[in-house]
Amino acid sequence: MTERWDDLAEGASVPPRTLGPITRTDFVRYQGASGDMNPVHHDETFAKAAGYDAPLGIGMFHAGVLATWATDWLGPENVRAFKVRWKEPVWPGDVLTFSGKIVRRYDEGGERRVDLELLCARQGGGTAAQAWATFVVV
Amino acid sequence: MADQSAIGAEGTAFDLEIERGKIREFARATLSSHPAYLEDPHPVSPPTFLTTMFFWQEGAPGHNPWPLVRLDPKRGMHAEQEYVFYGPPPRAGARLTCQSRIERVFSKEGRRGGRLTFAVMVTEFHDKATGALVARARMTGVETEKPPETEP
Repeated sequence: MTERWDDLAEGASVPPRTLGPITRTDFVRYQGASGDMNPVHHDETFAKAAGYDAPLGIGMFHAGVLATWATDWLGPENVRAFKVRWKEPVWPGDVLTFSGKIVRRYDEGGERRVDLELLCARQGGGTAAQAWATFVVV
Repeated sequence: MADQSAIGAEGTAFDLEIERGKIREFARATLSSHPAYLEDPHPVSPPTFLTTMFFWQEGAPGHNPWPLVRLDPKRGMHAEQEYVFYGPPPRAGARLTCQSRIERVFSKEGRRGGRLTFAVMVTEFHDKATGALVARARMTGVETEKPPETEP
């Protein structure tokens, strides 16, 4: 259910989500959907030749899950911006935890908007990705 | 080493059609089952969906200026990605005209030492019928001096 303006105070948290353990199948399905078929994300032989122990997680996969986690909360039609910055790589078997909060609630151009800061953490606490999103709220 | 002369290089414009089946596939691949993606006959696209522009940009020469930057693929990583929408994200049935350009190429010292080279490509998506700006994507790639670190 999409949230309403009165329920969205600055500092309000996004309902948290855990993702994983993530698998090679997650990467392959995302790669097929996105069109980025870089073999380092699914081909074990290629990944090892590149110096990795396993296929490297594809950043746009967990960024995409992070983005739709936010739109599941505030509504797919309402998103106006999404930005992600990757911090450290993820690997098959990782469990990722999403957290986030509203950092700004404001009027702009006659629309009510909120800005969110989102975090994707790996087990053990490392930051896989940071993200920022803007939504209109109806 | 990245090629500074790529700054300002523009690809030729290309068309992109937003399709319901592709939205459904992408929503499922990003683990959303929101009915606005899966049930609506004219679904809106997910926030990172426009990355599928590569299906339309590749396959004909001249549309993609990114190779002109010549980042070394062995030392290259996707550093940052941004999408800005000037209204709801485009819906299935939308026909967009897209054009990419190299906005910046720059270097700085990394936190753990070693020089990092960044390149930024901007892509604008206009509605083919009205000419209105629908979305802007900004992709940042980084090249490290040495290959990226692996897990210990």
